[in-house]
Amino acid sequence: MNARFLASRRLWIGIAALACIGATGAAMLMWRPAIAPIERPQTFDSLHVQRGARVVEAGDCAVCHTRPGGQYLAGGLPLVTPFGTLYSTNITPDPQTGIGAWSLPAFERAMREGIARDGHFLYPAFPYVHYRRMSEGDIADAYAYLMSGPAVNSPALANHMNFPMNIRPLVSFWNLLFLHGEPLKAATEQSASWNRGRYLVDGPGHCAGCHSPLNLIGAEKSGEYLAGGSVDGWEAPSLLGMARRATPWRQDQLVRYLRAEVVEGHGTAAGPMRPVSLSIARLPVSDAQAIADYLLSLPGESSVSEVHPDRVSAGTSDLHSGALLFASACAGCHASAAPMRMIDGRPALAHTSALQSSSARNFMKTVLEGIPANPGEPGPVMPPFAASLNNDQLIALAAYLRQQAQPDKPWTDLTSTLEAIRQEAK
Amino acid sequence: MTQVTLNVNGSAQALELEPDMPLLYALRNHLGLNGAKYGCGLGQCGACTVIVDDKPVFSCVTPCAGLEGKQVRTVESLGSAEQPGPLQQAFIDKQAAQCGYCIAGMLMRAQALLEHNPHPDEQTIREHMSVNLCRCGTHLRIIEAIGLVAAQNRSAA
Repeated sequence: MNARFLASRRLWIGIAALACIGATGAAMLMWRPAIAPIERPQTFDSLHVQRGARVVEAGDCAVCHTRPGGQYLAGGLPLVTPFGTLYSTNITPDPQTGIGAWSLPAFERAMREGIARDGHFLYPAFPYVHYRRMSEGDIADAYAYLMSGPAVNSPALANHMNFPMNIRPLVSFWNLLFLHGEPLKAATEQSASWNRGRYLVDGPGHCAGCHSPLNLIGAEKSGEYLAGGSVDGWEAPSLLGMARRATPWRQDQLVRYLRAEVVEGHGTAAGPMRPVSLSIARLPVSDAQAIADYLLSLPGESSVSEVHPDRVSAGTSDLHSGALLFASACAGCHASAAPMRMIDGRPALAHTSALQSSSARNFMKTVLEGIPANPGEPGPVMPPFAASLNNDQLIALAAYLRQQAQPDKPWTDLTSTLEAIRQEAK
Repeated sequence: MTQVTLNVNGSAQALELEPDMPLLYALRNHLGLNGAKYGCGLGQCGACTVIVDDKPVFSCVTPCAGLEGKQVRTVESLGSAEQPGPLQQAFIDKQAAQCGYCIAGMLMRAQALLEHNPHPDEQTIREHMSVNLCRCGTHLRIIEAIGLVAAQNRSAA
């Protein structure tokens, strides 16, 4: 009896000890201290501020942290994720609603670990997974630039995250699994430009955030780096093996594409890549050259080989009505003799990446939404056709143009792709 | 030639058309509705804007085929010279037309906005109207005229 009592007592002590260890572990994992607020620092070396402007541009900060029509870096852009809708926050130096009370260590902790100054966990839509790979100097320069800008009082909008992702401390488990990168070290066997390109792509540029496939909990799949992903309903194409495709990218073409220009043989950046390319265009051209040097060095795809659907040719009636629709709605700008085609080497539609892709998604998104003008920025403009073409017409048009681009590989998923896109637009 | 039934300004019109004809040509050449204008033919200037169901579209790049079952509305549906509608009257009051070539398109794009949002603020008006161009430069008066109707809607509400 005594022995049994002792054994049971030991068991209970063991359980209690384990619970204590578990609670301490969970607290260590899920709790982060606040970093004391500071008075907003007033002066920074102008050299640091200038360098910081370049870092913030390379990091595409404004692409998410400025909403359309809103003030620069004051946040409020909705980011629709599979886990709910997030709103980007104010990163102007306003002490109440922005980052005015953040010290450099608080800013660096946010950039590297995804923790806000007050200790709360930031969602990984903020790409700290990539920013943690940046150099200390770049992070300090970005801080100098951000803290020197005008303060805008703009409170954060309430997020609408689904359970359980509305519980921020749970992000700590995500971090445990996926937050591993270290600041990048130069690969000595590669050129300075290649190293700069890899730094921009993997660090501030966070290209893989869109161009890598994500797993079920929204982290980049480790073995499929830059193998293609999706964002905002657009296909973010694979960046692998770009130099060795059927229609290969030359270095000068990729540089011009990255800088929002129209490139013969490939087209121009549209959809979510448009603001990114406009951002890259504001960086020194050597940065776009570096990104191109690095990307074109990446080997081809292995596991994600091109889809070869069974040969199903589009119905001739579809092709005929597609040709008529092209004449009616598109030929004014896109026919081979159209005056618009004489401007800056605009390619035949058949050569654009949207029509060369194995998925019809980007073609359809471009036709439905067009390419809106960016006031004050150069670049092509295309009207949206969502209200001008019905589903049957869009499918016929896609089948016709795909037949000209890839006659042996017709798109087989037109109806389902279009239905999915229309559903997403609701 | 192909048979298409277009519903324009509330009445059904059976037309024999070239199968690739854009809506603008059918409106002007077959139905005598000359309000919508040919500007660029590329969907870049907005002079041809009409409303299909409840959305503004460039009629110069909208194929007639596919419009069956949809409601097309042109500037002629808003009022006449004798009896201008409220939006047209606001354009007159604010002297929003210089040469007038873009105005039918401006009216229809603004009408689509006001039906969707009866009292837009100026920023919303500016963003919505930014795709329609006026070569004479009366944009500021056009925005004022739309703002006038938005304010009337607000006091009526």
